[in-house]
Formats: sequence, structure tokens, C-alpha cells
Amino acid sequence: MITSFLLKSLDRSIIAVVAILLGLSIAVPALNLLTAPDHPLHVPTYLVSLFGKYLTYALLALALDLVWGFCGILSLGHAAFFALGGYAMGMYLMRQIGARGSYGNPLLPDFMVFLNWKELPWFWQGFDMFWFAALMVVLVPGLLAFVFGWFAFRSRVNGVYLSIITQAMTYALLLAFFRNDMGFGGNNGLTDFKDVLGFNIQAPGTRAALFAASAVTLALCLVLTTAIVRSKYGKVLVAVRDAESRTRFLGYRVEHIKLFAFTVSAMMAGVAGALYVPQVGIINPGEFEPGNSIEVVIWTAVGGRGTLIGPIVGAILVNGGKSIFTAAFPEFWLFALGGLFVFVTLFLPKGVVGTVSAYLARRKAHRRAADADNARDALVAKPMAAE
Amino acid sequence: MYRILQTLLITFCLLVSADITASRAADDIGALVSALGTAKLAELDDRIEALAKSGDPRVIPVLEALGEGNLYARKADGSVYLATEKGASLMLVDPLDGANIGEVPKSELQKIKVNNSVRRAVRSALGGLTLFSADTDARLKAAQSMRQTPNADALGAIETALSTEKDGAVRKTLDEARAVSLLVSDRSDDDKRAAIKTLAEGGGREALGALTSALSSADSSLKPDIEAALQRIEQAQAFWNAGQNVWYGLSLGSVLLLAAIGLAITFGVMGIINMAHGEMVMLGAYTTFLVQDVIRTSYPDLFDWSLAIALPLAFLATGVIGLAIERSVIRFLYGRPLETLLATWGISLILQQSVRSIFGPTNREVGNPSWMAGAFELGGLTITWNRLWIIVFALAVFAALLFLLKRTSMGLRMRAVTQNRRMASSMGIRTPLVDALTFALGSGIAGMAGVALSQIDNVSPNLGQGYIIDSFMVVVFGGVGNLWGTLVGAFSLGILNKFLEPYAGAVLGKILVLVLIILFIQKKPRGLFALKGRAVEA
Repeated sequence: MITSFLLKSLDRSIIAVVAILLGLSIAVPALNLLTAPDHPLHVPTYLVSLFGKYLTYALLALALDLVWGFCGILSLGHAAFFALGGYAMGMYLMRQIGARGSYGNPLLPDFMVFLNWKELPWFWQGFDMFWFAALMVVLVPGLLAFVFGWFAFRSRVNGVYLSIITQAMTYALLLAFFRNDMGFGGNNGLTDFKDVLGFNIQAPGTRAALFAASAVTLALCLVLTTAIVRSKYGKVLVAVRDAESRTRFLGYRVEHIKLFAFTVSAMMAGVAGALYVPQVGIINPGEFEPGNSIEVVIWTAVGGRGTLIGPIVGAILVNGGKSIFTAAFPEFWLFALGGLFVFVTLFLPKGVVGTVSAYLARRKAHRRAADADNARDALVAKPMAAE
Repeated sequence: MYRILQTLLITFCLLVSADITASRAADDIGALVSALGTAKLAELDDRIEALAKSGDPRVIPVLEALGEGNLYARKADGSVYLATEKGASLMLVDPLDGANIGEVPKSELQKIKVNNSVRRAVRSALGGLTLFSADTDARLKAAQSMRQTPNADALGAIETALSTEKDGAVRKTLDEARAVSLLVSDRSDDDKRAAIKTLAEGGGREALGALTSALSSADSSLKPDIEAALQRIEQAQAFWNAGQNVWYGLSLGSVLLLAAIGLAITFGVMGIINMAHGEMVMLGAYTTFLVQDVIRTSYPDLFDWSLAIALPLAFLATGVIGLAIERSVIRFLYGRPLETLLATWGISLILQQSVRSIFGPTNREVGNPSWMAGAFELGGLTITWNRLWIIVFALAVFAALLFLLKRTSMGLRMRAVTQNRRMASSMGIRTPLVDALTFALGSGIAGMAGVALSQIDNVSPNLGQGYIIDSFMVVVFGGVGNLWGTLVGAFSLGILNKFLEPYAGAVLGKILVLVLIILFIQKKPRGLFALKGRAVEA
């Protein structure tokens, strides 16, 4: 009920957000590349990368919102899909280093030479081609989500239990990727990237392009998720969230509906990870930390669960706050973050965007009611005046 | 009456015979020692061996002096003395009774000359002689070292020692040492067969080594026996290894049980996804640290009692903190489990950072009281006291909690509220109070777990993080809302983990366990012991 109302009222705001994102994707690179460093409107390159990173976080939060906000699946493993996409991208970037690594091996990445490996493992084949890596960025998280969701939803693991086993999944992956034998660089992960698509990864031009790519991808995914949740399927999705058993009794295959949302969401998370890695220059097993997945949940909750725009706002707000806090008062960041968790769950269950739009909607309704009253008053008043 | 007489008679006989043996031995040794004075260099080895065989502890100083070149013979009559140089003269001491004889000019005496072969003989004789030491531990050590180094020459000493040894453990080791040495000697095949049998029964790594090396040099008639014995020992070792794995598994299971048991209350019974549970464990561990800190500086005598003092304090401290959390945050979130997850995660971040700010990010040292240190052997198992106590403690906490929930009126109220809140409220139970106390109880138990875990884990602000996922796995695997499920879940996961470890390695083993749990939950979404009925859907 509330959601369908929100969907209608958010119609215009989603167009606005998409327009803002597309505008940023042109304006920020332009201001970074075309203005002189001392120009008042100049955007320094580090800020471009920083905000590019926030946008990938926003995409991750948006992906989570699709399953949590609209389907009621609280996944505590979304950081795993994000990291898997990141690793696929990292593998492509590693292969691009070629013979420029410290050991100068044209085929093997440095850490494999260091571990005394003789040939490239089979799962590293093909990652020298961008199209293959790009496919894997979507396929690997998507496949994992599909298989995981297939089993979990079919046996009706839901609610708390699903949250806990998704957490176990990301924890198991964390442990696995820490192992050197896995062939993903172990503890250190993948780093020291040089090129992406033939452009120097450190160059301001590449950074600006990556920012633009993040903004455009986010805008596209926002349109995609809007299309999903506004379609007939989206209505069923919300029905599953609010009354799963009743939806099942009405004849819908709940597990298929959930599985589709979960897989799409995982793919989006993978894309976010792939855009994240070239901008921060490293991917390591720390990204699988169960704590990271929980943090994504709080971005979504702060912005507003089930609003699509909320997660984007939340991710940027929380991470901006984190950047400022950890620089200024490193001791207090965890206090602030912890307090935010408690505050939002207790006092802002709809998040910033949800609360604001509910307030606006109430005011509008109020004003409409007031207008109606005035009109009636006027109608009543007229005959009196005529008399 | 008859029995007493009999005992007295036997005792008397024993006393007399012991006396006779002692006096005869004294004469023998006197003669043997004097014989050293007249012996030629080539004869010395035999004489030393004769001395060693006597097994008399008084021989030890004589042999030591001989090895160091402090043993002299009087030129006049060849009698032997221990001597220390003092200017131009020598201080003489009687070799056997240690009586001071006085100063004698050097010219009257002659040093008993030794060479390397004699020194070696002295050393091996001395090694054998500690077999006759009065100290049981020293005898055991000597026997163990002889078991490690097969030596046909030591056989005599070992057999002499065996004939007088009373202590069971030393006897057993000596028996094995004798068997090990016998295999390399030139005794009869029947003797060797008996030795192989002894070794096969005793088992252990030394026996395995001795038999393997004997296999290459043994007669063909002995080979099948040795092979059978080797197989038997290997089987026994496999059995004990499995036993050790079970023990490690039980130990890990008890740790999991301790960590999860509080969560079985807050999550299993109340339905709160308490992510701050690990931090309660951590706070319990820090309470132990504080208690030990006070004891170290003010009452060092009480150190062995530190854990007993810390337990109630940790229960109170974490219980009160749990109560505060419940009253200030969680009571607004009942019925919304996913929201409790977020709020308690936030609380856990705050608690971690508070501890980090107060105590610093590094590990704090928590000591083991003396009764928890060390280990003992049980068959082929090595059992450390701290692990044993933790198992006992985990089971005790479990039993106490079960009693509280099932046999007290407080437990009855708790179960009533969690099963049907509104009806319980209608019956006059103050549900908010029961909620608060239940959460405080779960937190307090986590704190007590922290006291125990401080004994085996690093006490740092991150202590709790390591347990939180495992604890949830245990509770979910065992079945939510069922304490017995938690018990079975903890121990089966612990044992499974330890059995996978030797084959897959520690990390991969853990990954496999996680994957197995994920698969298991597909099969039985509500855990091993699922609650049935309509309450489940609520």
C-alpha cells in the first residue's frame, strides 16, 4: 500500500535522479580535465575517484534494495557478489600487466611466480580478453546467486535463516580466498594494476572515464530496477515480501520470483564490484568480510529501504561521513556508525528518503484537503453573499 | 588372627633377607672398588661394568671421580680413594662412605689412568645407574632414554633394574627398553619373539622405530612376527589418533557450546538476532583480565582463585549491560528480527570501540591458574587440563541453564512469554520484566563463557568477532529454541571439524563445515531438532 503510493510519487524523482547522474557523468570529468587546477570549479582527481567509489557503493546498495526492500530477503552476503565481480575484473587487470610485473613474467602474475607456479591455472584462462572478463563479472555472481537461491528458496529457507546462511556463504568465501592455493593472490589479493583497456589506470583521463562509467551504469541500473518493480512482476515481488504464504496460495511460484530478483541483484552487485576495483586499485579477501555486507544493509536502511533512490542517497551519505570522520576523529567513527545503526532502526525505519517523501506526501494531502475545504467554504459563502 | 600372623611373618622374613642382601652387597662393592686400583687399563672396562651391574647408588660418585680423573690408588697397598688436590698434597676421602681420611703427599698415590674408551664405559655405566636412583622420576627418565637408544650392552643393567623395580610406570618403560635393546643383542630368537610381543603391546613411536630398524637386520624366521607387530602398533596408533581427534573435537565443541549457549537464549528462545553476543563474550574475558590485574597487584596469593572470582563478576557485569541494551533498544524491536540484527550490530561496534579506547587495541594477558596448567596422559591421549576444565565448565553451564528453564518458576515464565506473549500477559506475567531478565540471562551466560575462553584465546577487542558466526551456525544447526539441539550441534560440529582437519587442512576443513551446514539447512530448514507446530510460523 505504502510502497505502491511511493512508487507513483517517486516517478518524477527517479527521472530527476537519472538526469542528475547523467549530468554528473559529463560535468565532473569535464570539470576535472578541462579546468585549470586553481580554477574555483576544478574537481581534483582524488575526489573524482572517491566519488566514483561512492557510486559503486550506491550501486551495491541499490542491488540490495531490490531484494531486501521489495522482496524481503535480507541478504548478508551481498559483499560476496560485489567481491566476486571485483575479482573477475581484477583478474583481467592482472593479465593486462603482462611482462611489466616485478618478475617480468609475460604470462603469470607476480604472486604465481612467487609461489613457484609453472603455468596459468585453468580458471585464469581467457581473462586477458575484456569481453570475457566483463561476461564473468556478471556470470560468476549471477551463477552463485542462482545456485544458492535455487536451493535456499526451494526448501523455503527464509527470514532470519536465510540471512544467517548468506552470512555463512560470504564467510566461507572469505576463508577460501585467504588461501594461497586458491590462486587468487591469497592475503594480498590482486593489485599493482597498470592498464585498463589500454589506458593507464592512474591517468586522470582514465579516472574521469571510470567515474562517468560508474555514474552511467548506476543510472541504467536505477532505470532497470524501476522497470522491474513497477512491472506486474514487481507487484508480485512486493506481495511476496508482505505475505509470502498468501502469495503462494494464490498460485504464484514464490521461489521463482525470489530467485529472479536475487540473481539480478547479485549480477548488479558484481558489476558494482567490477567498477570499484579499477578505481581503488586493489581487491583482497577483506572485501568478503561479513561486516561489509552488514554495512551495505545500513546504507540501504539509512537512505530508505524499498525506495530505490534511498540506497543511493544512503550509500553516499554514510560513506561521505565515513571519509570525513575517519580523517578527523578516527576513534569516533565506529561509535558514530554504531550509533547510526541503532538510531536508524529505532527512529527512522523508513530511512531519510522514505521519511522525507512520506512527509511531503502528507503535506500535499493536507494541502489538498485544505484546498477542498476552502473551495467548499467559498461555495457555501457565495450564496450567503448573494443573499 | 591367622592373617595378621601371616603378614607379620612375611614382613619379618623380608626384613631379614633385605638386611642380608645389603650387607653382602657392601662387601662385594668394597672389593669391586678396590679392584679398580690394581687393574690394568685394558681390564678397567670389565671392572666398571661389574660395578655398574651392582646397581648400588654408592658407586656413582666413584665412577664420576674416575671419569674426571680424581680417583687415586695408594702405591703401597693399591687401596682406592677419591682425592682433591691441595698444593703439593692430596685430600683423601673414602670412596664408599665418604669419610675424610686426611692429607697425604702426592708421591704416595698414583692416579688411576683412563682413556677415551674407559670414559665412554663410565658414561654408559652412569646412565644405567640412574636406573637405581631413589627418585622415581629420575628412574623413569633414565628408562625412557634407554628405550630411545637400543644398546645390547645396557641389557644387563636394565634386567638388574627390572628385578628390583616396584613402580608400575617405570617397570613398563623398563620392559620396553629391555625389549628394544634385546632386539639388537645376540640373544635367542625366542627371547626376541617375546620382546617383539612386549613392544607390540606397549605401542608408541619408539617401539615403531625399533621394530622398523630391527626388520631390516632380523632373521627371516623373525620377520613375520615383526611385521605383525608393526601392523598391530600402527592400528593402535590409528585408533589413538582417532581418539585424539575426538578429544580435540570435544574440546572445540565445548568452546562452541560455551559461545553459543547464551545465543541459544537470546536468539533461540527470544528470537533476537543478537550480533552483540560476541561482544558480551569479549567483555567477560576483559572482566577476567581486570580481576587478575587487581589480584596481581594487591593479593597475589589469590591468583588460583581468580577465575572463581571473575565468574560471578562477569555474569553480573555482562548481565547488567544486557539489561541496559534490552531496556534501551531491543524492547522497541520485538517481532522485527531483522531490525534487531542491525541495531545489535551497531551496539557491537560501539562496545568494541569502547573496549579499544579503554584497554587499547592490543592483546591483554590473562594467566592460567596453576590447576589449569599442564597436561596428563591417558592411554595414547594427551589431555591438557585447561581443555578438560572448559569441557566440564561448558557442560555445567548447560546443565544449570537447563535446570533454570525447565525446573524453576522463572524458567516457566520465560517459556510462557516466548511461546505466547499475549496469553502469558493475560495470566498476570509481567512480560516486559521477563523479556529483560531473559536477555540479561543470555548476556550473562555469554560473559561467563568469556571467562573460560580468556584461558585459551587472545583477549583483544576482536575476541567476540571470531565466535559470532560459529555461534549462529551452532544454534541454527541444532535447531532454534532447543537447548539440547545446541548441545548436540556444538559437539557434532566440533568433532566434524577436527576429523576434517587432518585431510583438508584447518581452513579448508572449516570451509567444508560451513558448506555442509548450508546444505544441511536446505534439507532441514529448522535445524536438527526443529520445533513443530504453529508457534514456528510466528
